[in-house]
Amino acid sequence: MTQSAIPTPQTPWAVSPQQRIATGSLIALGAILAGIVVKTTGLSGKLGFAVSFFFFAALLIFIQQLRLRDLAAAKDSLLNSFALLGITLTLIPIASIVSTVVIRGYGGISFGIFTEDMTQASVNDPVDSGGLLHALLGTLIIVGVALIISFPIGLLTALYLTEIRGTLTRPIKFLVQAMSGVPSIVAGLFILSILIIPVTQEQTGLMASLALCILMIPTIARTAEEMLLLIPNELREAGVALGATQWRAVAGVVVPAARSGLVTAIILGVARVIGETAPLLLVSGGADALNLNPTSGAMGSLPFYIWKAFLTGGTQEAYARAWGGMLVLLVLIVSLFVLARYFSGRRVN
Amino acid sequence: MQTTPSSLASVAGNRTQRVPGTNLLGTGLETRGVHAWFGKKHVLSDVSLDFAAGTVTALIGPSGCGKSTFIRTLNRMHEFIPTAALAGQVLLDGKDIYESGTDVTKIRLRVGMVFQKPNPFPSMTIGENVLSGLKLAQLKRSNTDDLLESCLVRAGLWSEVKDRLGEHGGALSGGQQQRLCIARALAVEPQVLLMDEPCSALDPGSTFRIEETISELAKTMTIVIVTHNMQQAARVSDYTAFFLSDGGPGVMVETAPTNKIFSSPEDQRTEDYVTGRFG
Repeated sequence: MTQSAIPTPQTPWAVSPQQRIATGSLIALGAILAGIVVKTTGLSGKLGFAVSFFFFAALLIFIQQLRLRDLAAAKDSLLNSFALLGITLTLIPIASIVSTVVIRGYGGISFGIFTEDMTQASVNDPVDSGGLLHALLGTLIIVGVALIISFPIGLLTALYLTEIRGTLTRPIKFLVQAMSGVPSIVAGLFILSILIIPVTQEQTGLMASLALCILMIPTIARTAEEMLLLIPNELREAGVALGATQWRAVAGVVVPAARSGLVTAIILGVARVIGETAPLLLVSGGADALNLNPTSGAMGSLPFYIWKAFLTGGTQEAYARAWGGMLVLLVLIVSLFVLARYFSGRRVN
Repeated sequence: MQTTPSSLASVAGNRTQRVPGTNLLGTGLETRGVHAWFGKKHVLSDVSLDFAAGTVTALIGPSGCGKSTFIRTLNRMHEFIPTAALAGQVLLDGKDIYESGTDVTKIRLRVGMVFQKPNPFPSMTIGENVLSGLKLAQLKRSNTDDLLESCLVRAGLWSEVKDRLGEHGGALSGGQQQRLCIARALAVEPQVLLMDEPCSALDPGSTFRIEETISELAKTMTIVIVTHNMQQAARVSDYTAFFLSDGGPGVMVETAPTNKIFSSPEDQRTEDYVTGRFG
């Protein structure tokens, strides 16, 4: 059999450069038309421009698809336009928040803030004196302890709901859902009134962790439940059919299969609480000094640090300090999420 | 030299060969030098096959030889895999379906597909499942009750479900679900029906019913069926194409009328496969 030369792989279904240019110029035309509308009619300002730009761009692409193909394709393109609008509307506030925090917080960042606490400085001092080491470590300890407590409880709750499916499944499901709507200040007040006032009589990092657990457990349990439900029943049956007990099948097959989803549950749980300020004000005490022991003494945290700089300061320095704290918190959250994603994705494929 | 099991050869020899194009169904489907890639991996090399209108063609070969990839290039489902690439032509009534400006949704309307696992839409009743294509492809039909009945009759399912059209498709057995999926594919009146191992999850009884259905359908359409079951290929198909991969990209080793493939194949590898010496 004579083997002819292998042709080059092609993707005839891909959008061709010409089509890209055509669509791009239609969008540009939409921008021009929107500019004309803003100049000539009562519609004005950035919002007016954005609305008329979207209207014209979507309309022009709709007409293009109608002429090139048919009505169904044109309607399809309209759905695409609205999806793009949706993602733009989602991204604008995020981009705006991130850029504001970065721009304003940048001035409040220096090497010193990662090595010092606020025992020797007040919030109104220049930014290069004092720092947020105590707050950064405090947040990591409080959230870390909360996660260590919440994750097993949340996961076991999810396993009860998906694997054991006992008689209490329905009421527990309902309670977990109701719990995820608990206002954070209520969680703080709860710990304050049942633990701190009657028992320990001391505001500590551990108390803050416990308050955050109340917020975190429902989020982790619900997300983990959803993720475990995605695991096909065939896998459970295959595990049990090899002679595994239910516990071995769950631990050896179901949970590992859901690993990436469980990391998502952790991420969402941490995201729920890491910026919480209200319960921390009530139960952690909010120290200015570095305290690495969660079981005794007040403990600082980044949200508290930001809150204090904004509320008790009044100078430009205090504001710069607060924005710096926000930037650190933001970077901390993003890097935690990136790390979690990296570790969850690594072994799967 | 004649080592082919006489059973397969006689099964293939005893059926009446359909004559292509007798029912004016168009000129059928042809491929010209089709290659397929997933990323850098070349999985299918230079397949040229003709599927004459009104015939049944079986694609046989061991797992991983590119049969399923090939059948998915025939209605442009291949491109759903993000890294997929292709070369060559697939001609439907003489026109390349990969030509730029071709409306892909119209192609898939004309070239229907039945999948390996029965996949009735879970949110729809049996009746809604059959007619779902009309809604999804935005087709107008005046008498949907007649269409519903004729599709289910042609799929060999009518007598079993005519009193329970309002029930959900999930309540049916696997074989019934698969025939429901065939009925669903028929409702949009495709001229070609692709079947990717439609019976591999079914019991012999259900398989037999589906084979009957295929014979019935071949009167009005072109059918391409991927199967691992050589008995099935011998029973239902007019032509058989043998695919093989020797570690590299899959190639089409041989294509011929089915009774020839099972009685006197040209290629030694085909003979080894159909006599069960490997695969």
